[in-house]
Amino acid sequence: MKKAAVRIYMGLIFLFLYAPIIVLIIFSFNKTKSRGQWAGFTLDWYVDLFKDRTITEALYYTVTIAILATVISTIVGTLAAIGIHYMRGFGKNLMLNVNNIPVLNPDIVTGVALMTLFISAGIKLGFVTMLIAHVLFCIPYVILAVLPKLRQLNRHIAEAAMDLGATPSYALRKIILPEIRPGIISGALMAFTMSIDDFVISFFTAGNEVSNLSIVVYSMARRGVKPTINALSTLMFLAVVILLFIINKKSGEGEELLL
Amino acid sequence: MKKRVAAVIAIVALLAMALPMSGCGEKVVLNVFNWGEYIDLSLLDLFEERTGISINYKTYETNESMLAKLEAGGSSYDVVFPSDYAVSEMIRKDLLLPLNFDNIPNFKYVDERFKNLGYDPENKYSVPYFWGTIGILYNKEMVDDPVDTWDILWNPKYAGQILMKKDVRDAMGAALKMLGFSMNSKNDEELKKAQQALIDQRSLVAGYYGDEIKDLIANGDAALGLTYSGDYMELYWDEDADFSHIGFAVPREGTNMWFDTMVIPKTCQHKKEAEMFINFMLDPDVSYQNAVTVGYPSPNTEAMKRIMEESPEVFELDAFWPDDEIISKSEVYVDLGEYNSVYNQLWTEVLVD
Repeated sequence: MKKAAVRIYMGLIFLFLYAPIIVLIIFSFNKTKSRGQWAGFTLDWYVDLFKDRTITEALYYTVTIAILATVISTIVGTLAAIGIHYMRGFGKNLMLNVNNIPVLNPDIVTGVALMTLFISAGIKLGFVTMLIAHVLFCIPYVILAVLPKLRQLNRHIAEAAMDLGATPSYALRKIILPEIRPGIISGALMAFTMSIDDFVISFFTAGNEVSNLSIVVYSMARRGVKPTINALSTLMFLAVVILLFIINKKSGEGEELLL
Repeated sequence: MKKRVAAVIAIVALLAMALPMSGCGEKVVLNVFNWGEYIDLSLLDLFEERTGISINYKTYETNESMLAKLEAGGSSYDVVFPSDYAVSEMIRKDLLLPLNFDNIPNFKYVDERFKNLGYDPENKYSVPYFWGTIGILYNKEMVDDPVDTWDILWNPKYAGQILMKKDVRDAMGAALKMLGFSMNSKNDEELKKAQQALIDQRSLVAGYYGDEIKDLIANGDAALGLTYSGDYMELYWDEDADFSHIGFAVPREGTNMWFDTMVIPKTCQHKKEAEMFINFMLDPDVSYQNAVTVGYPSPNTEAMKRIMEESPEVFELDAFWPDDEIISKSEVYVDLGEYNSVYNQLWTEVLVD
């Protein structure tokens, strides 16, 4: 009895979480543009998707920026986290709080501030400014993901390695980085999803040269969002699911090796 | 070691992919900034093919966000598509360049009725792109009275089934027109009466919405509502679903006629090419194809002639081609200047009262 109740409760929660995505996927196969009506099955929207130059261009920029921002912010964020970890006292607290502010700051403040900064510095808004903005708001998340792993790290291992003749950079590469790898991976994943998600900051820093998917989708508001966007979201959802699957499998294997 | 080399190669490859798209050499690139989903995209390819000019096409969702980006600086736009009231605001703020109509010979195809309108009285800065009206979208199965007057939005019979547009000019405009006043009224007494009408209407209204009105009525969630003619045209052109039970009427008291236009902002780097683009969009073939794709009536007389030959039935629709009599009673929104805040104040009071 109790078990059944637990199952039903879990089922409801998962339904609540996934119903919107399921509806979105179903409507990507709907023949008509209007929401709330079913007019038959079609794959047309998937074909249209790759013919629409605004969408393909936006997809290109979204993915390129997300990958570059993830790589850069993961490297910078991991090194910063290691640095912060070995700091002591007031300086450490200061750095942690400074790191938290961008996370808590509303996006709109970050976006407008960055735009003002770029314009006042005479930098033309475009690909580079958007990339800088994305790197900037991703770094704190990487730091926050990596720090807990560093706290779990036994600092004597690295010291022992250095006692045995490892140079500091060798110890970093062979001891510290492998130990905190799960934190780095989750930080990178977080950075990637934050970058793909972002609308507000991108809107203010993209200028006229580039626009990402969220900007394009939002600009459809007046004439109604086309089902091509449902199709695209379906493909992106699938990509994320596959990515997560691979990572889980890989890190599962890694864990076993460690044990 | 191998992994690191691979990572470096990946980054370099990505940068190499990113760079050619951002730096485009000496070729002229025209920055065109339009509403989302508001053009036949293949026409951009055609323009590029014919002229060798490439187009950087970006989209926005409201006049306000377009203006915000334009005024912020940091990037330049060559052609933008503001609506009527935004054109007058841009003229007032000195954001536009006057057009050189010698470079836009196709302007002769623009319907004479749509030149020199209130938002650009001497037609120095703008060329109309599409136009339409606001009116009443309704479900024929749920409304049995004739829909031809604004009064129906105040009919207690439809209590709880009426949707109003959450837009100060549209809502106040409908109330003013219902009372027989101008939609651009600057008379405090008239405005007070319009506000009272909207307050009285509140108990009948199921909700104040933006773009959702079309879907709510199409799905049968409400009987009638105030919305743009373009919303009805979307349903009308939908080949895959049957919306014959949905109708659209423009009240005989007259209504607002809206225009989206093409203008050249002061940030423009290539004025001559921008004018070439505007001229291209006014070409009868191009205009026709664009109007067929977008589904809105075009101000281009030649394009409309062709649509008349092909599908004369759309000219029976209020949403596509309102009667001359209705047009003669209709108005274009003009920039209210300091009266904007009066309208906003009255409208806010309606919503929160």
